[in-house]
Amino acid sequence: MNKFTLATVALATFLTSFGPGVPGTTLKPDADNAGLKLPSGFGALVAAEGLGHARHLTVTPEGDLYVKVEGTRNKGNTIWYLQDSNGDGKIDKKTGFFKYDGTGIEVKGNYLYASSNTDVYRFKLNDKHQVIDTNKAEKIVTGLINRHQHEAKAFTLDNDGNLYVNIGAYSNSCQIKDRTKGSLGMQPCPILDSAGGIWQFKADKANQTYGDGERYATGLRNVVGLDWNTQLNQLFVMQHGRDQLHDLFPDMYDEKQSAELPAECMYALHKGSDCGWPYIYYDQFQHKKILAPEYGGDGKKTGGDHIQDPAAAYPGHMAPNAILFYTGTMFPEKYRNGAFIAFHGSWNRAPEPQKGYFVVFQPFRDGKPAGDWEIFAEGFAGPGEIKSPGQAQHRPCGLAQGPDGSLYVSDDVKGTVYRIIYNK
Amino acid sequence: MRRIMAALLLMGVSGMVMGQQKSAANKPGATPGAGSVTASIARGKVIYQNICLACHQADGSGVPRMNPPLIKTSFVLGDKTKLITIVLKGLNDDVEIEGEYYSNPMPPQSQLRDQEIADVLTFVRNSFGNKASAVKPGEVKAVRAKLK
Ligand code: HEC
Repeated sequence: MNKFTLATVALATFLTSFGPGVPGTTLKPDADNAGLKLPSGFGALVAAEGLGHARHLTVTPEGDLYVKVEGTRNKGNTIWYLQDSNGDGKIDKKTGFFKYDGTGIEVKGNYLYASSNTDVYRFKLNDKHQVIDTNKAEKIVTGLINRHQHEAKAFTLDNDGNLYVNIGAYSNSCQIKDRTKGSLGMQPCPILDSAGGIWQFKADKANQTYGDGERYATGLRNVVGLDWNTQLNQLFVMQHGRDQLHDLFPDMYDEKQSAELPAECMYALHKGSDCGWPYIYYDQFQHKKILAPEYGGDGKKTGGDHIQDPAAAYPGHMAPNAILFYTGTMFPEKYRNGAFIAFHGSWNRAPEPQKGYFVVFQPFRDGKPAGDWEIFAEGFAGPGEIKSPGQAQHRPCGLAQGPDGSLYVSDDVKGTVYRIIYNK
Repeated sequence: MRRIMAALLLMGVSGMVMGQQKSAANKPGATPGAGSVTASIARGKVIYQNICLACHQADGSGVPRMNPPLIKTSFVLGDKTKLITIVLKGLNDDVEIEGEYYSNPMPPQSQLRDQEIADVLTFVRNSFGNKASAVKPGEVKAVRAKLK
């Protein structure tokens, strides 16, 4: 069979296997799969584009989207409500509201939660999961630290009325002088009192601040991707590992080592977890927790025996910005209860070529990562090697699962929303 | 045909000019050191690679919404006192840079000598598509004195 007939057959199957929406319209992948390379049987379409710096997104049970945007400096709309009225997968209705930059957004029950860089808000939804009054944002959490570094307050919710908010460390490695060659680490690191961890709040109580919440997990430098695993009833997070080992300690790390280390780590958290930042980092080659050079390390000395091990480790600096446990039935069995991870793509590998800019699948068995991760979707950045992140045409940032099991990926360069579908 | 000839001629001429510059810089007694802009740019490039490249990237394009570009920004091409001040004191503010904001601190680089700061800024002001006058060690010295 030649390529053309293969394509036609594939297209025809897609045409018949989707299209519940409006009669006469069907959901089918774009001819070029939206520029993405996917495993066989999968297709992709551009659902929306031009949304600005689209960060996280969430899908309602009706299949409508809310997308959180940053970088407007509170001037433009920072939430888009997107609808596809005829079921062809392409967004044809768009309204904007909310004025605060930030990353997190999630529909939970009859509320839409969204964060700025200091607060978490929620909006009441009607029975179609539409915001009843876009001018009525209820402040749930307020006054969180925002010091011009790792300030995005990414969050998720569990099914017992709790909200988990990342408060990123306003520092790279808690040096006395941040990002300054040879400067040693503060002992103990004072940042951990109010940042560098995940704080737990009530999902339905107004105006909570530090005193009302609880530091659920500490020693996490910055987390953008987090998801509540409903099967295990457990919070999973992806840490952005520290930068600049070579710049700061050139005698211990060469440029190549610095481009690979430390690992970007997945952690399965429980109340009281300590993941070790800034004192240690995880070396994915030695499979060890290594004492940070700021705290007397030399690249070999291990540290932090009491520190939790990561659930899984990935190459350095790829910036995991979202994790999503797949619970749909559209994709094949192997994907069920496994994790998709959106890697935003690196910058701190320079002068080595950059890496990431893709969506990864991490298989799980019995509630644990099982087997190697694999690239699931790539091609976001465009063709050729990416030397500096500005060359990337698109960068994956948020992930969401549609009611039909589609996987949505947002891009924060041009504000594209991709929808990935599977054809049996 | 004529066009090709013209192009060849041009290439030849510019090649000669470049060759001349090189030999001038290399000529013994022509003091290629402190005074020559070409030499300053060459030294500045090394400093850029060692210190600035990690954040501002090899092509000066920076990292979107994290580390700003050094391509034709008002800071790079504008007032030298302001530019020198950024390198000496660093920058950690919510400043708008060509329509975008950047969330990362720039650490102070005051450990660099006057000559080194002059060199790296002269390199930046004459790379990545930028074209601006050289920064002199004396200018760095004056700004440093005022900041103390
Ligand atoms: C650790 C990362 C880092 C390093 C190293 C660094 N910078 Fe920066 N630089 C930044 C950030 C971040 C900003 C913007 C800070 C802000 O918005 O508050 C900035 C701003 C600037 C600006 C002004 C804004 C612009 O884009 O025109 C200049 C000029 C500049 N840097 C030059 C340099 C030079 C020259 C070096 C090397 C000597 C250097 N930087 C090293 C991160 C860095």
